[in-house]
Amino acid sequence: MNGWRLQSGGRIDRNRPLRFTFDGQSYQGYHGDTLASALLANGVHLAGRSFKYHRPRGIMTAGPEEPSALVTVTRDTARTTPNLRATQVELYEGLRAHSQNRWPTLRHDLGRISELFSALLPAGFYYKTFMWPRVAWHRLYEPLIRRMAGLGEAPQAADPDRYAQQFAHCEVLVVGSGPAGLAAALAAAKTGGRVILCDEGAELGGSLLWQGGARIDGLEPAAWAAAALKELAGNPRVRLLPRTTAFGYFPHNLIGLSERLTDHLENPPAAGARERLWQVRAGKVILATGAIEQPLVFPGNDRPGIMLAGAALQYLKRYAVLPGRRIVIATICDSAYATALELQAAGAQIEHFIDLRSVEHSPALAKLQTAGIKAWGNGRVQGTRGFNHLRSVDVARVDGRGNIVAQARIDCDLLLMAGGHAPSVHLFSQSRGKLRYDETLQAFVPGESAERERSVGAARGIFGLAAALADGAGEAARFTVSDEHTLSTGVVMSRAAAATPGPKAFVDFQHDVMLKDLDLAMREGFRSIEHIKRYTTTGMATDQGKTSNLNALHHAAHELGKPVPAVGLTTFRMPYTPITFASFAGQARGELFDPVRRTPMHAWAASEGAVFEDVGMWKRARYFPRGREDMHAAVARECLAVRERVGVFDASTLGKIAVVGPDAAEFMNRMYVNDWSKLAVGRCKYGVLLRDDGFVYDDGVVARLAADEFHVTTTTGGAARVLAMMEDYRQTEWPDLQVWLTSTTEQWAVIAVQGPKARETLAPLVDGLDISAAALPHMAVLRGTLRGLPMMLFRVSFTGELGFEVNVPASHGQAALDAIIAAGKDHGLTPYGTETMHVLRAEKGFIIIGQDTDGTLTPDDVGLAWAIGKSKPDFVGKRALGRASMQQADRKQLVGLLTKEPALVLEEGAQIVATAGQRAPMALIGHVTSSYASATLGRSIALAVVKAGRSRIGQTLYVPMPNGDVPVEVCNPIFFDPKGARLNV
Amino acid sequence: MSDALPWLRTLPPAPRYILQGPAAALAAADTVLGFSEPHVASRARRNARASVLWLGPDERLIIANAEASTTTTNLEPLLRSALASLPHSLVDVSHRQLGLQLSAAFAEDLLNCGCPQDLSLVAFPLDMCSRTLFNKTEIVLWRRGPEEFQIEVWRSFVPYLEGWMREAAQDLG
Repeated sequence: MNGWRLQSGGRIDRNRPLRFTFDGQSYQGYHGDTLASALLANGVHLAGRSFKYHRPRGIMTAGPEEPSALVTVTRDTARTTPNLRATQVELYEGLRAHSQNRWPTLRHDLGRISELFSALLPAGFYYKTFMWPRVAWHRLYEPLIRRMAGLGEAPQAADPDRYAQQFAHCEVLVVGSGPAGLAAALAAAKTGGRVILCDEGAELGGSLLWQGGARIDGLEPAAWAAAALKELAGNPRVRLLPRTTAFGYFPHNLIGLSERLTDHLENPPAAGARERLWQVRAGKVILATGAIEQPLVFPGNDRPGIMLAGAALQYLKRYAVLPGRRIVIATICDSAYATALELQAAGAQIEHFIDLRSVEHSPALAKLQTAGIKAWGNGRVQGTRGFNHLRSVDVARVDGRGNIVAQARIDCDLLLMAGGHAPSVHLFSQSRGKLRYDETLQAFVPGESAERERSVGAARGIFGLAAALADGAGEAARFTVSDEHTLSTGVVMSRAAAATPGPKAFVDFQHDVMLKDLDLAMREGFRSIEHIKRYTTTGMATDQGKTSNLNALHHAAHELGKPVPAVGLTTFRMPYTPITFASFAGQARGELFDPVRRTPMHAWAASEGAVFEDVGMWKRARYFPRGREDMHAAVARECLAVRERVGVFDASTLGKIAVVGPDAAEFMNRMYVNDWSKLAVGRCKYGVLLRDDGFVYDDGVVARLAADEFHVTTTTGGAARVLAMMEDYRQTEWPDLQVWLTSTTEQWAVIAVQGPKARETLAPLVDGLDISAAALPHMAVLRGTLRGLPMMLFRVSFTGELGFEVNVPASHGQAALDAIIAAGKDHGLTPYGTETMHVLRAEKGFIIIGQDTDGTLTPDDVGLAWAIGKSKPDFVGKRALGRASMQQADRKQLVGLLTKEPALVLEEGAQIVATAGQRAPMALIGHVTSSYASATLGRSIALAVVKAGRSRIGQTLYVPMPNGDVPVEVCNPIFFDPKGARLNV
Repeated sequence: MSDALPWLRTLPPAPRYILQGPAAALAAADTVLGFSEPHVASRARRNARASVLWLGPDERLIIANAEASTTTTNLEPLLRSALASLPHSLVDVSHRQLGLQLSAAFAEDLLNCGCPQDLSLVAFPLDMCSRTLFNKTEIVLWRRGPEEFQIEVWRSFVPYLEGWMREAAQDLG
């Protein structure tokens, strides 16, 4: 033996030694090691400090349930992963790992001082102590607590790695590749369907990889597994996924898998993804997730050098590591007996074997005694000693009444706990399957399934190699197992009776919850396990109580005098083990987070130097600065150009919906507040759409292109939701109507030409179409061509000027725009953006949905009561408008505001009060919704919603700002050309 | 998007229509287009004149055959006259969307990076079509071959779709 490593055996590759560091200290391990096995091979047990008391903690398990040995693995400043379980970190050359939650070093941690005060830090301490003064919570208590109690630190740099995501389908998904899972996968593959077999381990095979001695069909278990995997790998319909954790079970057999692709590599490929998130829809799911050995509760059960018995066996058989030379074993079930003999055979001294059950005269105990092991039944562990590593264990033997009849202090370097195996029912429980309590196992096992799912092997409490293989295979196959000497768990002792009270008897190792914390919670009146859990935080750590929930539950049930099933089990939630955020984000980062939509004329706007803004998913040109213009100067110039000459604007993003069918007018009457019956073909109308609660939802110009065809425009951001709402009503409320909806948003490029020279600009381009005021009056539409391109020409205006909107098929948008720009040259045609559009419409008092409305305003509130078709029997929202509260006089109403100081531009969102000099809390009566410097008017203007606003026109109100109250005069919201003389020319 | 992807090709423009209406209108269109059998749900069918994709019980996407120029020129008036007396909606969407041809051995896996449907040949056979999602983009997916799909997507979503496929393809063979 070299250090703690055996000369032979195990699945490590002795020809590939690896160097790695832990807390800066260099060590050697082998390819095939985990960080935990390599540390143990170097005699290192101390792996971290506990969460609350900063107690030294060691490596307790060999798997995903590890509560204590959490480490940070660092490749570079950006590639730093905290809170990894050392038992699952695969070793590679140069791996750098660090312990967590200690300062300045792991061996000498000043945070340990908190343990001196542990008597003052009971469960619920934070809730009770850090209440007052309230302000201190944010500034003092929380930062301090966060620094003291915690896990590893997240890296500050952005994650440079790539993460893939993949949907997949299969007939059978097998989770877990131990004997039951592998047998199930072999059986499933024979049926010819698609099979996915996943396992969180680096190597498929589960416990087959470290079960020595037995033979399956004449082969060593590991050799049998290799042959089975070779058979599966040769089947093109089988996908094998090692390093893949099934972390979540979602409805209808959708399983989330997290595959780790490169974390185990010394040099990950530059281009490859680090992880892949699989979303697998499976016809049938087989859960072969195994079982998790439980620790025992006794005073000082958390020291480095105290480990689960099964973990020690795994380190021995799989990694050829003997985690200790002088070993004490404590058990409440049968499985530890074989472990004791295996460890002895490997060269360890079994100093003492303690079965807590009354088994003094059992043959199994006698067999150990025959092998020279001092073995007791009716034993107890009363305490442990050793600071950074276990030095000795105090053991006792009791009589039938619990009186101590013998005691001993045993020097040792390893104490093994065998608390029985709890089936891993996490995924089963997530699938809403019903759990059943098994008295023999003192644990829960799967009961009735809710999905097409089957739990097999240890995951349903069927232990032992032959039994697990048979259970996994079902009727499909028979395996011959010989020389199996692994004892099954047998009858597990009552966990409550096995728990030995005393100082530092930990139940939850990761959250530092002790037996006495549970007692305190129950003394304070908590009865439900859910409440006890939250008060003490037991089971709420990142391991989700894999090694603590059962002990906590049994203790609580015992103290409350109820049977365990009556106290109930806390909910199993996904993820089974922590999953990176990046894995969920996948490729949806940066440009791929959300679609970025650009209009057909985007490139032109960019070449004109446009500054863009995001409107929904669209990029829209906000303004076109020239030279050194800032936004204010550019917008002032663009506004004056439209008012005095002509401007051109890309309005392609407006939502467009073709409403077509014999019942189109009836459908429109039912959807919109307006009356559409009398709208003539070729004419347009401003439409207002409400939700069924009566509040304004969307607006837009609607044109009647034919008796049975409406061209509906919506706001840019509202296009998708308006169509969805219409489809909803069409299909579910009025399936009798013969009308159909088609989105045409992207069919048309829309170019707004607005200003006194708009007609002169367009007239030469429209191939002889008469666009005079008589032939095409305001709110009318004509079809024609523009330089040969098919065109719908709308006479509409959102600026208050003579205006047209040229609609051409999207692919021709740029050609049409080029023609218009060339024709407008002599008229001073100026491109303008959305900011100018906003100012121009505000000067006219036109609202923008979502800016001047907030989902709580009726048509009347925003001055649109005129649009409502009074004689219509019904429309969406009509009934709601009839409610008394919708007609109260003090509802907020849209008004204009003029500051007394003309140059002062109010802040959008600023509140409004009726009298000056108020102190907080003020009596707020409204707020500013839109506010601009108007070049046209040479002063600032604002729109606002104010309680009973229309009755206040002429009054002075105040906008309280940090520098004092700003006096404003309430006015009509139409600031410019109130008669609309400029429109109808 | 910079380099063209060898396995993703933008198809030439073609006249496209969304036809919606009761069975009588759909049948009248079938007759004009030269299809006599009833249209099987979720399937596309094609002839020299056009391809017709089943999008719903009362909805079809008609893609006129761009190569047969003479017939396509006449397609819209033909359809309109055949449908004139029947309740229906026929809307020109030729410029709303583009057709992309995805042709690669990894086509199924690539689409499954963003589309949750089972795309195996058994579940999604030749000429099956489906209005579905690719991540945050609505697409119409049409299987043209064992390793070939046509993707119909609204024009402004094309860069997003291409960007996703370029990114996701890095992890596939």
